[in-house]
Amino acid sequence: MNEQRTFEPVKPAGEPLVWVTAMGLAIGLTMIAGLMTLILYNGIGVFWPKRVALVEFDEAGATRFQGGLHVMGIVTIEQDRDLRDLTPEQLQSENPDDRREKQLFMGNRDAFGQAFAFFNVGDIVQITYPPNVIRAERVEWGDAIFIPVRLEDADGETIAADDPEFDRVLRQRVREAATRRADINRIERHQIGRINLQMRELELEERFYLRIEERTAAEEAALRNIRQRIAELNAHYEPLAMEANALRQQQRQHTLVYEVVTGAERRLAVGDIIGYHYPNRLTLGGRTRLFFAHIGSFLSGYPREANTEGGIFPAIFGTFVMTLIMSIAVMPFGVMAAIYLREYAKQGPFVRSVRIAINNLAGVPSIVFGIFGLGFFVYFVGGSIDQLFFSRALPTPTFGTGGILWAALTLALMTVPVVIVATEEALAAVSRGVREGSLACGASKWQTIQHLVLPAAAPGILTGLVLAMARGAGEVAPLMLVGVVALAPNLPIDSLFPFIHLERKFMHLGFHIYDLGFQSPDSEAAKPMVFATTLVLILLVVVLNLTAILVRNHLRKKYAAGTF
Amino acid sequence: MNAVLESDTKNGSSTRQRRPEVSSRSGSESAEAVNASHISIQNYGFFYGPTQVLFDLNMDIPERRVTAMIGPSGCGKSTLLRNINRMNDLIPGIRHSGDILIEGMSIYDPYLEVISLRKRIGMVFQKSNPFPKSIYENIVYSLRVAGRNKKSELDETVESSLKAAALWDEVKDRLHESAFSLSGGQMQRLCIARAIANRPEILLMDEPCSALDPIATGKIEDLIEELKKEYTIIIVTHNMQQAARVSDRTAFLYMGKLIEYADTETIFMNPREQQTEAYVSGKFG
Repeated sequence: MNEQRTFEPVKPAGEPLVWVTAMGLAIGLTMIAGLMTLILYNGIGVFWPKRVALVEFDEAGATRFQGGLHVMGIVTIEQDRDLRDLTPEQLQSENPDDRREKQLFMGNRDAFGQAFAFFNVGDIVQITYPPNVIRAERVEWGDAIFIPVRLEDADGETIAADDPEFDRVLRQRVREAATRRADINRIERHQIGRINLQMRELELEERFYLRIEERTAAEEAALRNIRQRIAELNAHYEPLAMEANALRQQQRQHTLVYEVVTGAERRLAVGDIIGYHYPNRLTLGGRTRLFFAHIGSFLSGYPREANTEGGIFPAIFGTFVMTLIMSIAVMPFGVMAAIYLREYAKQGPFVRSVRIAINNLAGVPSIVFGIFGLGFFVYFVGGSIDQLFFSRALPTPTFGTGGILWAALTLALMTVPVVIVATEEALAAVSRGVREGSLACGASKWQTIQHLVLPAAAPGILTGLVLAMARGAGEVAPLMLVGVVALAPNLPIDSLFPFIHLERKFMHLGFHIYDLGFQSPDSEAAKPMVFATTLVLILLVVVLNLTAILVRNHLRKKYAAGTF
Repeated sequence: MNAVLESDTKNGSSTRQRRPEVSSRSGSESAEAVNASHISIQNYGFFYGPTQVLFDLNMDIPERRVTAMIGPSGCGKSTLLRNINRMNDLIPGIRHSGDILIEGMSIYDPYLEVISLRKRIGMVFQKSNPFPKSIYENIVYSLRVAGRNKKSELDETVESSLKAAALWDEVKDRLHESAFSLSGGQMQRLCIARAIANRPEILLMDEPCSALDPIATGKIEDLIEELKKEYTIIIVTHNMQQAARVSDRTAFLYMGKLIEYADTETIFMNPREQQTEAYVSGKFG
């Protein structure tokens, strides 16, 4: 053979396909990054205090606002107008601004009847930022944006808005009002709430005795006793109600007089102001401080005005508690089932079909689980519990209606396949050497599982739990059937005996988003809240998962199978 | 199955009489007692499903001696070893014929719990398999699963087992560190210490040195020499020199059959069978 061998440049087969796979990943990553950026930007932006613009319109233009030529508010959107809304002159106009519009958040829903409005950009003469504008957060009617006039005291004394003392006094009055509001809340929500709860139970007992046709002497005595206690509670209730009333009176004793942009003078009780700031006077530091204060009150506050204002604390808490109960329920179930399936069950066609069924269960639409939860947990189990233990309260259901326990159990059922599959895989991955070593030491199969297999499989099991939690915490559809509500009067855990109220209805971030976005009267006002709530939901899921991942890594380190 | 029943009836009442446990250890050291047959394999056959892997084996394994099993890969030596403590029970679809007796008692006796059998037989595996626990917990595992949790007893066991496995001096200051912090040779000695922690009578070793370097192998071999004073040791090995060095008796298996079983010297110097000679001299396998 004289043939000389050379290395010919050969293109490896399938090279373009490598690029296709890389592109798939790139598209996925881009979509996730885009999603996160969008939610982060929109969600965080809500809390940044923006400047309030005073917009003046051209007298010759078509734009008027309630007869006037001025509007005041925060520019939220600037966009091209819908061509169908344009007049022929605007369509042919040289100035492109004629075909654009700005959306302004004007606040003062009580004065204007609307909080948002669109205006032609072409009609704007000038935009200024007057320094004496106040944006105030109110208990009702959303925010007010106005020029303050004076502060009136109950005894007729007034402080004009240009008085240097004005800001200091107003701030102090608002702070006092906040204290009083907290007091009222404490009295009404907790103290009177507690009395109401006891009263309701006593009334149920009273009704029970009243239903008996012919009462024995003992029953008569019991009835008298109950009435006595009701009277006592009423006696407790009276002074509390009076105290709350007196505080409410005080809330109205100072009045802020202000002028809105249309020139109308309006009055606002200082007690109705939650907070205020001068948006055009803020320094960067002040703005940042306010930004964090807004985030703080959003996370820790209770919702107001059909959830569109205030905070989302009950929803965060509800989601957290529900996910926790779900995890507690799903872990033992899933792990036990997986241990039997993997370690004890005789592998054969039956076990194989069970395994297939479990995998399919993970793909069942979640609303189906919701229906099952309603039919089984709520109506059957809850109804039976009511019959057995809460029959006096019937026909008012106690457990026989949606509640956090039934919601958690429904989700546990929904996520149990995830845990079973993950646990089975984790158990299968435990090396045979360790199992045999244990058996050779005279350990039984159960001892081997308990002492060696389960600890070694724990990280894998926790991975399953992470997946289950991520799926469970974000689920909304089934919850709507089994206990989630738009506004729950109480948290599922509080200071009233027995502290954990599993039968209570609860709020959930996912449902809160749905409620804000689709059920609120002013969808424009709710839009920023939707993003902010979505951000919180994502963060909550991340935090829950991160905790589980940290625990998993800790375990992994502990049981690291070094050499094999 | 029939074979099992037969062997059961054949041994009759004698299988029920278990020798008092202490006697073997503290009994007289007379030559006769020492050389008594400890494990007796009788007409033993073994099947993985339809495949027969062991054919009609007959062996008497002497007490407190090292018995080596050699043979090419797949000859069934590991299977036989793993049947002595019924480790193969885990595999579905197995069955056997004939019987294995330990001190006259069948290991397949339905009255015998497989757990109590394994408590009398320690086992060391080819790949060291320490548990993901501390060194201390590795050693006392067999005591803990037996429900013995007394601190003083555990401490004593750890010290004596580690000393017996020649590991004590190396690890005595870090007993509560993870077993995975040890080197490969140390891990294998830890596994030996773990296997003898429960004071078994028999020690099964399945190629204990195949994953170790020569120095670690040397240490383990010295250890085997030391351990045979107290334990009946059966070692499966691929290394002919090792079998020659450590064992008193050697069995040569080929294709599931026992070709020759005799004193080690005889097997290596003066084998009876042609195949044995070919194998030990490296002509095949």
